[in-house]
Amino acid sequence: MKDAGHLFRFAGLFVVAFLVFLVVRAYVVPKTFGQYGHYRGAAIGEISQHPVKFAGHQTCEGCHSDISDTKTKGAHAHVNCEACHGALYQTLPAQPPPKGNLYERFVALIVPPPPPAPPILLHADDPATVTPVKPDTLVLCARCHTASAAKPKGFPQVDPAQHMGGVPCETCHNPHSPAIGSDTGASPAAGGAK
Amino acid sequence: MNISRRHLLILLPAAAVAWKYVEAGEPEASPNYQMSEHWWGMLINIPKCIGCGNCVRACQTENDVPDGNFRTWVERYHVTDTEMTTPEVISPDGGKEGFPVAQEDAGKYFFVPKMCNHCADSPCTQVCPVGATFVSPDGVVLVDQKYCLGCGYCVQACPYGCRYLHPTKHVADKCTLCYHRITKGLTTACCEACPTGARQLADLKNPNDPIHEFLKTHPVEVLKPQMATGAKAYYFGLDGSVR
Repeated sequence: MKDAGHLFRFAGLFVVAFLVFLVVRAYVVPKTFGQYGHYRGAAIGEISQHPVKFAGHQTCEGCHSDISDTKTKGAHAHVNCEACHGALYQTLPAQPPPKGNLYERFVALIVPPPPPAPPILLHADDPATVTPVKPDTLVLCARCHTASAAKPKGFPQVDPAQHMGGVPCETCHNPHSPAIGSDTGASPAAGGAK
Repeated sequence: MNISRRHLLILLPAAAVAWKYVEAGEPEASPNYQMSEHWWGMLINIPKCIGCGNCVRACQTENDVPDGNFRTWVERYHVTDTEMTTPEVISPDGGKEGFPVAQEDAGKYFFVPKMCNHCADSPCTQVCPVGATFVSPDGVVLVDQKYCLGCGYCVQACPYGCRYLHPTKHVADKCTLCYHRITKGLTTACCEACPTGARQLADLKNPNDPIHEFLKTHPVEVLKPQMATGAKAYYFGLDGSVR
């Protein structure tokens, strides 16, 4: 038994190596890894922090109730505001990313992390600073209503050249309630939508 | 306190482990949002799609999708009566700026909006070697871009071609079903921008969601059902020629 000491020292080495492994593992495996499954649970929260750019029609209707009243009477009742007006926002200067934990800072030295999305200021948050641009109806309306055999048959379609000849659509149609005579008082144009 | 060298050696690893937990912090979460109460999907109504490209543009704006890559795109199918299995499919720049005018002929045309199907048994999450992509508890397939290596296995594994490698971040990127919006009670950017209601976000766990009534009364299909991916993008009016 006098040589058994070798075995104990060897076993001790294994124990130390195992402890070192546990310590290293505790550092490199993020705390939330495995919280919901084989992934970093905190990623879900991080992804949900992405800035919202399309404010949603409910937000627009909070201030522009007159427009939504007009809209509900017409064929565009179910077309949301931002389908035509787009997302009204302004990009603000990027903020420095939050300081990560030791492991994240170590990884960042080797693989620089992607820069976070810059913060956004919505028209809805600051209507005086972020001002809307009036859409060009000749482009905007044509996008949906230019006649094509590929479009569903019941969808109102016109040949722009024949129908309006360069006259902006809003001359005759109120884009918020497009039926002729609904509140512009104009008469139907040739080759118009049915 | 008198600590021997032996005790210090025992204490140090324990303290190191504890410090790591102090540093990690708590994950952020959207207030008033319970993941367990939702199971997200999408309803795509093909006869309503006019191919305007609003969804593609809205998605690129909302999610900073780089040019030439798409989280959602629109395809236009042209199927002639005798060439049912070999349709002509076009998607110029993902349909972002619409489609060229089509003339009446012997075939039929229709538009098919495509996006991540947010599969319940997604092949893309199964191949990830590091656990960077996953199905969240509310049924959305997400990518942890801090963890992703950019190996591209998931890009190859997706049977629907819904993933790409981000050209500057060098990690996998895909539709998040606007997770930052749906967790705040908003709909997705593509649904918000769709002028005809061809896309509808669906919460399959919400008994009041109109999706249930629609699914009960309409024939719907998922893309590539033979792949058994558990796809949750339900298509109404899907033609058999769509692949």
